[in-house]
Amino acid sequence: MGNFQVNAMRKCDTTGLPVCLTAQRYIKLNGVFAVIFLLIGTIASILLAMTRTPAIHLLSQTWYYRILTVHGLNMLIFWMLFAEVAILYFCCTTLLNSRLYSKGVALVGFVMMLVGAIITDVFVFMGKADVLMTSYPPLKAHAAFYLGIILVAVGTLVGVFNFFATLYIAKRDKTYDGSVPLVVFGAIAAAIIAVVTLLHGAVVMIPTFAWAMDWTAQPDPAWYRLVWWGLGHQSQQVNVCAMVACWYFLATMTTGAKPLNQAVCRTAFVLYILFINLASAHHLLVDPGVGAAWKIWNTSYAMYLAVLASMIHGFTVPASIEAAMRAKGYVKGLFGWLANVPWKNPGFSSMFLSLLIFGFIGGITGVTLGTQQINILAHNTLRIPGHFHATVVGGTTLAFMGLFYYVVPLIFQREFYARKLCAIQPFIFAAGIVIMSMGMSFAGSAGVPRRHWDVEFSGAPLAAGFDSGTHIWLGVLGVGGSIAFIGMLMFLLLTVAAVFFGKSNAGKAMTPWAAVQPIEGVTPGEPSEKTPGTMVLVLILLVSFAVYYFANWKALVDVWYVR
Amino acid sequence: MSIYVPEKNWFRAPSGGERVWIGLSLVWCLILFLMMPYWHFKGKQNSTGEAYRTTPQAFQARVDKQVASLKVGEEMGIPIVEPSPGADVYLLGRMWQWYPILKLRKDQTYRIHISSVDLQHGFSLLPVNMNFHILPGLDHVLTMTPTRAGDYSIICNEFCGIGHHFMTGKIIVE
Repeated sequence: MGNFQVNAMRKCDTTGLPVCLTAQRYIKLNGVFAVIFLLIGTIASILLAMTRTPAIHLLSQTWYYRILTVHGLNMLIFWMLFAEVAILYFCCTTLLNSRLYSKGVALVGFVMMLVGAIITDVFVFMGKADVLMTSYPPLKAHAAFYLGIILVAVGTLVGVFNFFATLYIAKRDKTYDGSVPLVVFGAIAAAIIAVVTLLHGAVVMIPTFAWAMDWTAQPDPAWYRLVWWGLGHQSQQVNVCAMVACWYFLATMTTGAKPLNQAVCRTAFVLYILFINLASAHHLLVDPGVGAAWKIWNTSYAMYLAVLASMIHGFTVPASIEAAMRAKGYVKGLFGWLANVPWKNPGFSSMFLSLLIFGFIGGITGVTLGTQQINILAHNTLRIPGHFHATVVGGTTLAFMGLFYYVVPLIFQREFYARKLCAIQPFIFAAGIVIMSMGMSFAGSAGVPRRHWDVEFSGAPLAAGFDSGTHIWLGVLGVGGSIAFIGMLMFLLLTVAAVFFGKSNAGKAMTPWAAVQPIEGVTPGEPSEKTPGTMVLVLILLVSFAVYYFANWKALVDVWYVR
Repeated sequence: MSIYVPEKNWFRAPSGGERVWIGLSLVWCLILFLMMPYWHFKGKQNSTGEAYRTTPQAFQARVDKQVASLKVGEEMGIPIVEPSPGADVYLLGRMWQWYPILKLRKDQTYRIHISSVDLQHGFSLLPVNMNFHILPGLDHVLTMTPTRAGDYSIICNEFCGIGHHFMTGKIIVE
């Protein structure tokens, strides 16, 4: 059984699971700094939304691009990576009944990440790195900018090493009997992808750093784009994996859901690992120098098996919830179970809204925009951020928020205040992201560029611009962005208040969030495999997918001929 | 439960609804793939990525030669060039301008060579909304056929420094 030393663990007063105290310290540290970087990114986000809203156009040109650089780095890299290291440490210790492999390794990894993130942020704010997150050469930042990113990447790799080493000692010490739990399996998939991703990061960032130091010649821009996206988009697959693991975790915690078939869920995670590079090619679909065959093959490997993986999880997660609800007696009609899930539990609502937004908006738009020819209508337009704010924000960030509603009471052992506000927070945030994503997507469909300070092109010798309908969509972007900002601010305030000033619940179980009660007189039975409601949900998804996909082909017919 | 070690012998083939959904999804994924080769051969809009190595100096020289021989007018001090149908046409992206203005004929096909002499740029044709990536050192050849007459603007949609939003250009289709 457990391999803990004396006084190095506590038993969770709510779940009875063991908590390694070293792991707990680093889960807390990584969690706190994740939230700090989330806060920096959030302040940046409202400034950007208010600049892209034509009626407001808040920031100056220089500060728009600078804040855009800040937003991308802090949200997409720092917030995600710190949160993910915390998730990995949780999965390999508590869920495997093991101690963390090494306190020292955890410290080294954490310090490297923190120092790297601070260096990068400082140099961006000093105006030494107005190159946006992608830093495409020949754009050149101060060498410290690249050094900071390298430190974050290597620090994360050190943390991932600690995770794998913990898996090894848990197996060696036989702290668990049989296969690892599904959530841990998902975390392993995320960690494997993270290694591949971060190695791409090293391959592209080290020569770029050397160039910035004037040691070597400038990296080839086409080569840089190819390898950088091995970092840039693959890291999103780490986020997807971590998010899906989160869905399974929260589904279990909030409704007692149990996967219908572990083999199916695990195979889907393996598909992520094997087909992870697909999306990297999505950024090169209208690039020179890579041919049609390369583009078609690398964007799909002929069968889109990473998409299949997400479609499988999109079924198995709601199906497990439906089965659990039906077993508790909520058997009425197709959706009687869905009406009675604990919508007032922010852990549940975050998870389910994340599932819906990721599937219906993020997934459908992502695959469509990542189609070789359709990408002509989308490359570098606002449709792209319209897509990824639905995957990585409406999907991953929202799922991680749901996780915090459990991490704070269970790991920090602090209670949330204002629990009614907690209950509505995920809905506000989700609504804002959906509205903003729609504003971006529709404005982008008219050709509005992403990462662009002034779509009136004021001062340009040759006039260009967009019609009033497009300006309305940019206004929608601003409205959605503001709502999302309020939702995010609520999350940050509630979390910070709980972590630093919340009532301690040490020694007793956490105050439960809204839970599902079995219907009176019904003895909870074994979940059956019949999940007709989920089947209808996924069929609606498939039809929406097909409509959106073919509507885009239809739109493509209307543009100039090109080959 | 997803957070506990599964029962022994958890490995079994998918059944019931899961099996149906996996089958449907796989078929859909294959359709997603097949549309791309189908369109490559049958569709009129493709990004083939045809490109040749070049240098900023060589490309600039090629553009200047074109302007000298085919200039038919000027707008805002920027030359307008009118190549003959079927010809090779050169369009240069630089901070912050698409140079020169092109005058093309509807339903005629041109080989439009585009490159950058400084940073990366994004060729974005409005209001049709067609977008291609432009890299310094690579001559990106788009074999294009304008299908409607009118004035079109080109903007840049890849960040190219402070001044990015000044970067516009124009194509006139008659």
